[in-house]
Amino acid sequence: MKQLFRQMTLMVITCGFITAAQATTPEEDLAAFQNFYKKRFPNVETSDFVNGVYSIDPVVRENWEAIEEFPPYEPFIDEGQAMWEKPFANGKTYKDCLPDGPAIAGKYPQWDKEKGMVMTLPLALNNCREANGEKPLKYKKGSINSILSYISFESRGQITNVEIPTDDPAALQAYEDGKKFYYTRRGQLNFSCAHCHLQNAGMILRTETLGPAIGHVTHFPVYRSKWGTVGTLHRRFTGCNKQVRAKPFKAQGEEYRNLEYFLTYMSNGLPLNGPGARK
Amino acid sequence: MIGNTKKWIGMAGAISVLAGQFLVTPASFAAGDNAVEEGKKISFDRKKGNCLACHNIIGAPSPGNIAPALIAMKSRFPNREDLHKQIWDATEKNPESAMPPFGKHGILSEADFEKVIEYIWTL
Ligand code: HEC
Ligand code: HEC
Repeated sequence: MKQLFRQMTLMVITCGFITAAQATTPEEDLAAFQNFYKKRFPNVETSDFVNGVYSIDPVVRENWEAIEEFPPYEPFIDEGQAMWEKPFANGKTYKDCLPDGPAIAGKYPQWDKEKGMVMTLPLALNNCREANGEKPLKYKKGSINSILSYISFESRGQITNVEIPTDDPAALQAYEDGKKFYYTRRGQLNFSCAHCHLQNAGMILRTETLGPAIGHVTHFPVYRSKWGTVGTLHRRFTGCNKQVRAKPFKAQGEEYRNLEYFLTYMSNGLPLNGPGARK
Repeated sequence: MIGNTKKWIGMAGAISVLAGQFLVTPASFAAGDNAVEEGKKISFDRKKGNCLACHNIIGAPSPGNIAPALIAMKSRFPNREDLHKQIWDATEKNPESAMPPFGKHGILSEADFEKVIEYIWTL
C-alpha cells in the first residue's frame, strides 16, 4: 500500500513536468497539455473536460447534475440581458461598441495589437462603458457577473479558439508570461497552479478532488455555492492564489490577463458552456 | 531527545533556530509525552501542519491521497535528520515536490515544527 502510494506520486510528478519542460511552441504546448489529460483520464471524452472536476469525479457529479436542473445562475442571465439592452445615459448601448454581441464570448481573450495587450471580455465591456461616459464595473464581484452570464449563455456552443498572432512578438511574449505564471511556485505554501491542476489532477487534497486544467475556463462566470453568487474567472484566480498564502494580483491586471490568455489557449477546441455551477 | 536536538541545531545552524530552541526545550521537557500529543494536534490542524490534506495517517479523518501514507516512519527514516530535512524543505530532495516547505518558509513556528517531528517520528 505504502509503496503503491509512493509509486503513484513519483509517476505523477514525472509526467506532469515533462509537459512543462519539453514543449516549446504554443502548438506543441497545447498538444502536450491536452494529451497529458487524455492519458491521465483515458475514459473521459475530451469535450467533457468542460465540466471541470465533475468530468473525473462521478460521486460529486451526481450532486452537481441535480443542481444544474434548477440552475442557480439563471436570474443573473436575465439581469444581464436587461443590462445589455438598456441604453447608457447618452442613448447608446453595448451593441454600439460590440456590434457582433451578445454572443461574443468565443472571441476572447484576444490579442489587441494596437494596445499591445491581451484584451479580455470584461475589459472590453468596461472600455465600452467608459467610452460612453459610464462608470466601469468591478472585476470580481457584482453586476459585471450578470452581463457576463448573459453573454456566456448566448455564446454556448462556440468553440474555444484563442489565437496567438505570429506577426507580433509581443503576443507570443504575453502567452509565454502567462505560461510562466502557471508553472511558478508562489506563496508560503510554495505551489504553482500546475502542482494542483496538472501534477496532481485527479488526486484528493483533503476532501477536494483537484480538477484538470483543460476546460478550466470554458464555463465562466461561475456560480459557486461557496460564494453564494456568480463570480469572474479573475476572482477564482485570486482565490487559488490566496489558498497557497500568496498575495493575489489585480483582477484584469497584466498578470491575470496573460494567465487567462495561456489557460484559455490550453482549452482550444473545447466548447463554451458558461455560465457554470460549481460547489 | 537532547542528543537529537543538538544534532538538529547543528544541521540547521541558524541563530534564529537556536533562539527558538532555548525557548522550546524546557517546555517540552516538562511536558514529556505531551510534545507528541501536541505535535499530533498541530499536524492535523488545517491552519498549521494540515498534513492530512495530502497524507494518510492511520485512523485520521478524510485524508488526501497526493502523498505517501505516513507509516513506519522509523524504518523509512532511520536517521531523524532526514525526516527533519523532508519536512523542513521537501524540494531539497525532490525539486518538483508539491509538499510545502514547513520550516524554510516559516509555515510552522520553530516550536510547532519540532513537535510535529516528534509526533511523526512515532508513526
Ligand atoms: C493548493 C491547490 C491549488 C492551487 C495551487 C491552485 N488551485 Fe485552482 N483549484 C483548486 C481546487 C481544489 C479547485 C476546485 C476543484 C477544481 O475545480 O479543480 C480549484 C479550482 C480552480 C478553477 C475553477 C475550476 C472550475 O471548474 O470552475 C480555476 C479556473 C483554477 N482553479 C485555476 C487555478 C490557477 C490559475 C491557479 C494558479 C494561480 C490555481 N488554480 C492554483 C486548487 C488549487
Ligand atoms: C500539499 C501536499 C502535502 C502536504 C500538505 C504535506 N506533504 Fe508530506 N509529502 C508530500 C508529497 C507529494 C510527498 C512525496 C515526496 C515528495 O514529493 O517530496 C511527501 C513526502 C513526505 C514524507 C516522506 C515520506 C516518504 O515515504 O518518503 C514525509 C515524512 C512527509 N511528507 C511529512 C509531512 C508532514 C509531517 C506534513 C505536515 C506537517 C506534510 N508532509 C504535509 C506532500 C505533502
